[in-house]
Amino acid sequence: MAHEEHNLAIFRGRLKFKSNVQKIWGVFILLSIITIIEVALGIIKPEFLTSNTLFALKYLNWIFLALTIVKAYYITWDFMHMRDEKMGLRRAVVWTAVFLICYLLFIILLEGDYIYNVYAENYVKFDF
Amino acid sequence: MEATVAKTSTDQKTWDGGNRPLNASYGKMMMWFFIVSDALTFSGFLAAYGFSRFKFIDSWPIADEVFTHIPFIHGNFPMYYVAFMTFILIFSSVTMVLAVDAGHHMKKNKVIVYLFLTIIGGAIFVGSQAWEWGTFIKGTYGAVETKGGKILQFLNTDGERQAITDFAISIPSERVTEQSNDGIWFQSESPRTSVSFEEVKKGFLADESLLIRTQYLNDNGERIILSRAESIAKLEKDGKLIVEGANLKHNEYGTPLFADFFFFITGFHGFHVFSGVIFNILVFFNVIIGTYERRGHYEMVEKVGLYWHFVDLVWVFVFTVFYLV
Repeated sequence: MAHEEHNLAIFRGRLKFKSNVQKIWGVFILLSIITIIEVALGIIKPEFLTSNTLFALKYLNWIFLALTIVKAYYITWDFMHMRDEKMGLRRAVVWTAVFLICYLLFIILLEGDYIYNVYAENYVKFDF
Repeated sequence: MEATVAKTSTDQKTWDGGNRPLNASYGKMMMWFFIVSDALTFSGFLAAYGFSRFKFIDSWPIADEVFTHIPFIHGNFPMYYVAFMTFILIFSSVTMVLAVDAGHHMKKNKVIVYLFLTIIGGAIFVGSQAWEWGTFIKGTYGAVETKGGKILQFLNTDGERQAITDFAISIPSERVTEQSNDGIWFQSESPRTSVSFEEVKKGFLADESLLIRTQYLNDNGERIILSRAESIAKLEKDGKLIVEGANLKHNEYGTPLFADFFFFITGFHGFHVFSGVIFNILVFFNVIIGTYERRGHYEMVEKVGLYWHFVDLVWVFVFTVFYLV
């Protein structure tokens, strides 16, 4: 299989690598840095990030989720070579999953929050 | 940007995959579609976890207080070991993608070395997961479960956790764990805790410095600590059962649902890692005996590579959802 047409640029072309092996190590360093930031934030838990919330989630948790999605992007795009696949395959895989997961999370988490409120504010305890 | 319009000229086959609109081999494409369906399975599990967490948002265990152990070292180290596990898995992903790259260049020996490192990384991860389960099942301090199924943990006045076995005052009793060979009609009995509820209560009343911490969180996300008088009243009125460690029914760290989801989701993921290691070993031996050299390409390495990266991808999310958020 002589397809050597690897896309060697990340950050929308701002960071270019000379070979595929170099790109792999570059992505590994990037993923490591993100993981270290996550763990450091998880241990320190800065006050201003835990005391404010946006849509029922603390700022800190939004940061964790955003960093996770960044990590997922680079694992999929560079380790799984999605960057090098045809756009049709990329969209068939990524859009399907992203759409269905967003939809599922939206309805399920909203329902969980609703049930919490029913428990907390009403007299209904177990029977519903 | 590539055009997504498929060529439909008459000189090539129209049906039977003739146009190859996605330009990927059958095996790789099917692996991708399997990964999509598996990703949806995992997101179903994680969404269920999120549902239960939002449902019990004011009493959910704090992961930092649950996973505080490192093998061979005593002390309180939140997160470090899972961070290590995450690095192991990311690194084994790197060696896997290096193996795929070496395969593209038909460098058999490099593929062997990188695949071997990947297998070792996967094995270390599965072993760490087993150790993590073991520590979670064994528990740390022990707790009392109330009649309503809530957890009461014990602190001294400095706010340090106290193990129930340390302050319980032993009450002489004849009660031992019965074995099935002790009686004709006796079937079985679940293992007994190392101290009884009465012993813990006696020890708690005797030691003025002990307080109870409930599983409910205050507005700052910290567990609510009762005063000495409230603690005594709570223990005498509601206390019922000793819990040491966690299983599917009881969990000394908080709500049993947390333990259920932990066992189920990390278990399901650990099973994926385990099967990934098996696939890697099969491919590893195929590389050694030269199957892919004769076939002329290393696409099989690429396909198990996709699966292996997916396992890493799932762990990234499990790590965030269970240990960080």
